[in-house]
Amino acid sequence: MFNKILAHQYKDILFKFQSLLALVILCFALGMMTDIFFTSANLLNVMRQISVNICISVGMTLVILTGGIDLSVGSILALSGAIAAGLLKFGLEISFFDTFIGFTLIGAILAGVLTGTSLGAFNGLVITRFKVPPFVATLAMLTIARGFTMLYTKGYPISGLGPKFSYFGTGWFLAIPVPVWISLIVVLIAIVITKKTRLGRYIYAIGGNESAASLSGINIKKIKITVYAIAGGLAALGGIIVTSRLDSAQPNAGSSYELDAIAAVVIGGTSLSGGKGTIGGTVLGAIIIGVLNNGLVLLNVSPFWQQVIKGIVILLAVIIDKSNSKTNE
Amino acid sequence: MLVAKNISKSFSGIMALDKVNLEIHAGKVNAIIGENGAGKSTLMKILSGVYSDYSGEILFNGKTVRFSNPKEAQDAGIAIIHQELSLIPQLSISENIFLGREVSNFLGALDQKKMRAKTEELLLKLKLDLHPDTPVYRLKVGQQQVVEIAKALLIDSQVIIMDEPTSAISDHEIDVLFGIIKELRGQNKAIVYISHKLDELFKIADRYIVLRDGISIESGEIRGMNKNDIIQKMVGRNVEIIGNSISSNATDEILTVKGLNLKPKGSSKSGMLRDISFHLKKGEILGIFGLMGAGRTELLETLFGLHPNISTGEVYVAGQLVSIKRPFEAIKAGLALVPEDRKKDGLVLELDVRTNISLTVLDQIETLGFINENKENGLAEKYISDLAIKTSSKKQLAKNLSGGNQQKIVISKWLATYPKILLLDEPTRGIDVNAKNEIYKLIISLAKKGLGIIMVSSELTEILAISNRIIVMSEGFITAEIPITEAKEENILQAAIPKSI
Repeated sequence: MFNKILAHQYKDILFKFQSLLALVILCFALGMMTDIFFTSANLLNVMRQISVNICISVGMTLVILTGGIDLSVGSILALSGAIAAGLLKFGLEISFFDTFIGFTLIGAILAGVLTGTSLGAFNGLVITRFKVPPFVATLAMLTIARGFTMLYTKGYPISGLGPKFSYFGTGWFLAIPVPVWISLIVVLIAIVITKKTRLGRYIYAIGGNESAASLSGINIKKIKITVYAIAGGLAALGGIIVTSRLDSAQPNAGSSYELDAIAAVVIGGTSLSGGKGTIGGTVLGAIIIGVLNNGLVLLNVSPFWQQVIKGIVILLAVIIDKSNSKTNE
Repeated sequence: MLVAKNISKSFSGIMALDKVNLEIHAGKVNAIIGENGAGKSTLMKILSGVYSDYSGEILFNGKTVRFSNPKEAQDAGIAIIHQELSLIPQLSISENIFLGREVSNFLGALDQKKMRAKTEELLLKLKLDLHPDTPVYRLKVGQQQVVEIAKALLIDSQVIIMDEPTSAISDHEIDVLFGIIKELRGQNKAIVYISHKLDELFKIADRYIVLRDGISIESGEIRGMNKNDIIQKMVGRNVEIIGNSISSNATDEILTVKGLNLKPKGSSKSGMLRDISFHLKKGEILGIFGLMGAGRTELLETLFGLHPNISTGEVYVAGQLVSIKRPFEAIKAGLALVPEDRKKDGLVLELDVRTNISLTVLDQIETLGFINENKENGLAEKYISDLAIKTSSKKQLAKNLSGGNQQKIVISKWLATYPKILLLDEPTRGIDVNAKNEIYKLIISLAKKGLGIIMVSSELTEILAISNRIIVMSEGFITAEIPITEAKEENILQAAIPKSI
């Protein structure tokens, strides 16, 4: 029995080690093949690029841990970014009451994040109250939120948001890009939530066995709505970063970002059926995707091939994960 | 006809089977007996081709065989009927029987006519009076089992392995099944029969093979053996059978139920409750007996708030009228439910022992919004030692524990809420004899500590062994209330049999 546990833990460590090893080998290879991969400018650039995906992936991890999925994060990112940008630039004009509300920087950002959180909560409500499968509910939200983005922006980018707003996407703090700090804080909070709080426990319990969790007195609906709200809020945060970096809210921002997020979660070893996985794994997954993207660009690989290669990496990661869990049984 | 020699199989370094020898005879019902974890399932999976990486040799009709997948085993003539049936509900009987072996006509299209005719022939043989086009979801569990047997006969299996075939079917269906088994035996087929229910083995089996801790202990003719002999071989020592020694000093009523009704779901009649009234005293063990569909489980579920919108009636806990509409409120009122299916409803198998135990009381072991790990570890350690849970550590995953120890975890997580009333639904289902006795002792000691306990069970021996009072249910009604001193198998069964048949 004792041997079995040791073997189990050993395998566990081995798996984490495997992804890490893959990352190290990848970096090493890129360092050999290109001159600029290991320059601090490039590495910081990679980190800046993945910070958005990390924010989204963290929320996605929580959703997937409960056994769900969220396809709407890309659209929520776009709408939240657009609303933050729009409110900052034009304010809110309610012609019916003949009032105008101007927004400060913080106010606009909060409104954007609040938009994402509300849409996420709405996802959760539809899923729990009306028993719509998460795939369908969030697929609907994917097009609804995108539609509203188009309506709000009338199909044109909202640009020229000022240097203060740009700080969130392009600024530096202690020699590290601000978006990296943001994603770091998000990751730390998420780790604490999953490991140390009741919410985290309930998320794992629901994903592992919803029926047992419910009988234990856990309010399944409340937890699920919370989790989808967090996913929406983090997508919105990603939207703020993207908008700030481009100094412009693009109506088609964030399309297919949900796929990169799901890929990061899956490469990170989280089970799509829920109950198993870690935030740390997801971060590793996001870094692997980011480094891969960066490397392929540095190597001048055509964008078409990039997509093919990314897909193959996702497949390989899942296949290795599966064969590992098989030998664990 | 089927001989296994020195079969060994290990999982990540743990021996599941250690040089097991076994002989399956044609024209006999061969019973495989052993506690949970003795290696029965592993052995069956090897015989039926699920596991191919084992050491040792299997001889089938004198020839060495090694199946690399279940299909090869089936083609050779070894069929297995799993505890969880593997039919596809939306397909018809005929489609299920021919699944993977469809007959085509010369155009390559399916020859429905031929398959239907063959199905009819098989069903006739098995005395199942159903049309081949009936979709399987309309069938009762017992009938589905017969379809599985038909599937095995279609491929002319010489060996038919049945894993706990009676665990989910009614007495009448058991009789039908036994009739079929006897007929198959008459046709010189070898039946391998796995069951926990020792009484059944004496009714149906010809030979026995005892496994214990992955080692084959003994085999022989079942004639001339008695129950205690077998139990002794299974556990390797004498097991005391607990009598009811509790003197009911219970006085205070802890639970009173008045006029509880539950509307049926859909059009089916079973599973409803009709005008249920009873009471439970502190320190009392109230046994509830009933056949399948009598409403036993539904009664516990309704008390626990799982059917809020379709139930009516009054429930008093310690004299206070309570309104319970969801599990959270039930827990607050002092109720705890140990569900019938611990893997499906009781445990999160992928989480560890500690996390499962603390799941019900996380709000009480928080410090400043964070889970206090010291308190949580203390809680887990307390129950692991109090209930003598056998686990390598509190961080072991629940799925790696045996059935009896898993059940103890479920009981622990409820004791952690300090309930006044413990509702137990089939607390010893799928647990071996030894662990059963431990669970009985635990239940009795909890009652002595002042808990009111309701135990639903379909095992009469268990009800008789530890209850203070017995309520019998049938078709949603309480049909009898019997003090333990007057309770006998006969009067309980009489009250349990539906009158409308």
